Amino acid sequence: MSEEGMNPRRRRLLVITSGLGVVGTAFAITPFVLSMLPSARAKAAGAPVEVDISKVEPGQLLTVAWRGQPVWILRRTPAMLDELKKDENLLADPNSTVTSQQPAYAKNLGRSIKPEYLVLIGICTHLGCSPLPRLVPGAPSGLGDNWPGGFFCPCHGSKFDLAGRVFKNVPAPINLKVPPYKYLSDTRIIIGVDQKEGAA
Amino acid sequence: MQKLLAWIDDRFPLTKVWEEHLSKYYAPKNFNFWYYFGSLAMLVLVMQILTGLFLAMHYKPDTELAFGSVEYIMRDVDWGWLLRYLHSTGASFFFIVVYFHMFRGLLYGSYQKPRELIWIIGVVIFIALMATAFMGYLLPWGNMSYWGAQVIISLFDAIPWIGQSLSEWIRGDFVVSDATLNRFFALHFFVPTLILPALVFVHIVALHKVGSNNPDGVEIKKKKDAEGRPLDGIPFHPYYTVKDIVGVAVFLIIFSAVVFFGPELGGWFLEHDNFVPANILHTPPEIKPLWYFTPFYSILRATTSDMVTWVLTPYFAVLGLLALFSVRQFLTKAIVLIATVAILIGFFTLEAKLWGVVLMGMSLMLFFFLPWLDRSPVKSIRYRGWMYKLALVIFVVSFIALGYVGTKPASGLYKFIAQVGTILYFAFFLFMPWYTTYDKTKPVPERVTWK
Amino acid sequence: MKKILLAFLFVVAPLAAFAAEEGAKLDHVNIDLNDRPSLQRGARIFVNYCLSCHSASYMRYNRMGHDLGISDELVKENLLFAADKVGDPMTAVMPADDAKAWFGVAPPDLTDEARYRDPDWIYTYLRSFYRDPKSVSGWNNLAFPHVAMPNVLYEWQGEQRAVFKNENGEEVFERFELDKPGTMSPKDYDKAMRDLVNFMVYLAEPAKLVRYRIGVYVLIFLAVFTLFAYLLKKEYWKDIH
Repeated sequence: MSEEGMNPRRRRLLVITSGLGVVGTAFAITPFVLSMLPSARAKAAGAPVEVDISKVEPGQLLTVAWRGQPVWILRRTPAMLDELKKDENLLADPNSTVTSQQPAYAKNLGRSIKPEYLVLIGICTHLGCSPLPRLVPGAPSGLGDNWPGGFFCPCHGSKFDLAGRVFKNVPAPINLKVPPYKYLSDTRIIIGVDQKEGAA
Repeated sequence: MQKLLAWIDDRFPLTKVWEEHLSKYYAPKNFNFWYYFGSLAMLVLVMQILTGLFLAMHYKPDTELAFGSVEYIMRDVDWGWLLRYLHSTGASFFFIVVYFHMFRGLLYGSYQKPRELIWIIGVVIFIALMATAFMGYLLPWGNMSYWGAQVIISLFDAIPWIGQSLSEWIRGDFVVSDATLNRFFALHFFVPTLILPALVFVHIVALHKVGSNNPDGVEIKKKKDAEGRPLDGIPFHPYYTVKDIVGVAVFLIIFSAVVFFGPELGGWFLEHDNFVPANILHTPPEIKPLWYFTPFYSILRATTSDMVTWVLTPYFAVLGLLALFSVRQFLTKAIVLIATVAILIGFFTLEAKLWGVVLMGMSLMLFFFLPWLDRSPVKSIRYRGWMYKLALVIFVVSFIALGYVGTKPASGLYKFIAQVGTILYFAFFLFMPWYTTYDKTKPVPERVTWK
Repeated sequence: MKKILLAFLFVVAPLAAFAAEEGAKLDHVNIDLNDRPSLQRGARIFVNYCLSCHSASYMRYNRMGHDLGISDELVKENLLFAADKVGDPMTAVMPADDAKAWFGVAPPDLTDEARYRDPDWIYTYLRSFYRDPKSVSGWNNLAFPHVAMPNVLYEWQGEQRAVFKNENGEEVFERFELDKPGTMSPKDYDKAMRDLVNFMVYLAEPAKLVRYRIGVYVLIFLAVFTLFAYLLKKEYWKDIH
């Protein structure tokens, strides 16, 4: 259909009506699109989780669920913290330069707020399996004498240290993710809430 | 742009279809109010499919979860309440629009030759729509949903021999249960998404083959100009596209007013009894279907054994006699005689409950026969005599009265009205061959008018 | 065409006479969802008294808080008894099975009660309990005879007795007599019940708070669109005679 020879009034009305129609359609589509966002139920299920860490022994790993994922809380011994300084040459990203993998307050050697407690999302950054703890350094963990202690993923063999930092030459490309969390007190942390803002 | 179009046209008949069905499809220029409802029906169909799809992202077709999932949609899903109200209001408006669309056919004889097939496909669409709506109503698993479905499906029990097995096959169980709910969900999703659009497509193809009727019932293809275009025709696009958009806009105003200000419509569109979950131990005080089914529900309930013995028997006896005297050929006379006798015997031997089901079914099936029941040489009511006009008024009044008493208990005055309404409803169809033959018609003009 | 419409109207109009119906006498309650303080008071009554036995399991605490202008903190302090987190649904304190064993019937979920029943009915019901030594709980209700629910709010309302009179061999209700006054005057009790029912109407359909306003904008937009669509139609149809 050609518009040549369409009188100005007709063209003007056509443009206005079509414009209104497009605007109306955009308004009409919006609720449909928004209805696919996480619902109140999804948000409630994904709400922050409070954890009581008072009973965690040094060297012990506690696992809780947050947003359908396993979250590890590891109470590191001084020996474990020492290993972190020594194993840099084994690691692909020892200084946590990939910022998507930890909040700003976890961009440090121990990748945590307080060095004593490590909080990590226990999902391998390769294809999503949950790695196994191999916390004891050396031969007892079955990964060789030079094993600094950390986590081993059984699916494709990726390795991470006791700060969740990924080894070189393994399938996983980046460090394990640190979730947003904060201390409510010395014995309670809440996972899913940033130190400064509200719920993640 | 032109090059793109040419590339497509070499591989797909885009321009050809555009011209044949829109820019060079000639429709009569005298379409009035009654001609908006076809395009409106299409609009509501699309809207129901879209809202239905997005609702299905959250709905759970499980008896333990269904009611809660609807509440979830109303409260926890962003804009879920709007999706729900669009869909529930859309269902009622679908029937309003379709009833008006069908009524246009009755007004202007749109079902007459050569448009019988369009009409037949349309009745099939209507039946598919009723099935869809019936199944959809079970899905919220409210108390009315459950009991309404229970009552209507158990009607099939009345069919001799196969009835009970048929009901069990439909339900997938001995009573309406989780099996029923799940399959009704599957069918409710499937039928309007695939079957209805396919039927609508065929409906429009059939229409475009013969061309649209119009309020004067004049065949515009009889008078063409030098280029073969009907003198009284105008290209559908842009004239009717632009007119139908106004129709859509006005419709949306009325529709939105209901959705945002009164989606329950006082219990007519969303029933109060359905805001409690299905309870197999507690029947609602009055089981009633939604308003669009109530005329047919009335006919079902009106057919009591007294009605069968004292009203239907003489009614069909008279009808049979009339038919016997009116048909010419011996073979047809024989068939009429046997059929009438069979029906009369059936009235005495078979349960009234079965006849209720039969009459309810017939009240729908009769629509199929309209092109052959109507003997008038004239299509449009504008040129028919007083008999048809009276018959149509009586039909409309009966339909509405039947609808109203269908929402009330089947006793006393309401029962009486339902029975009278049933007689009159059937009379419209069954006596049509006679009153359309003897009705005095007016001369039909050669060209359309702007009345 | 016009004649047909007129004829049809003449026949249908008288049918409207059948529209009038009988029913028990109900007291009218003034629902106003814009009265936020009323909704908040109603929420408090509901959570403190009703939620012990009845659930409102389709409403979440934080949704209620958000809609009624109560922060998550205040919700946690004042309203969160039967659940741990503000995002949780409002379930009853009493386990449903125990309730069924003690009362004979499980107290129904009240989330949609104000859509299932007329709010006027609920308002009347809440004020129609009377002492009945013959019933199991010691209470009966004029709007719902032999209801299993006792008068939970008797401390506020006081204890009233129903006076019946004999009319043509039937016992007909005449009036209530307040035997023992409660901590609230009848007028204050009525106000509290109004708040509670007001809240329940909100509870049954939180969307009511937004849909009227959005509806107005939608209708205004559609009116403007219709105007231009109509002008466009008229412009094109100038071609047709």
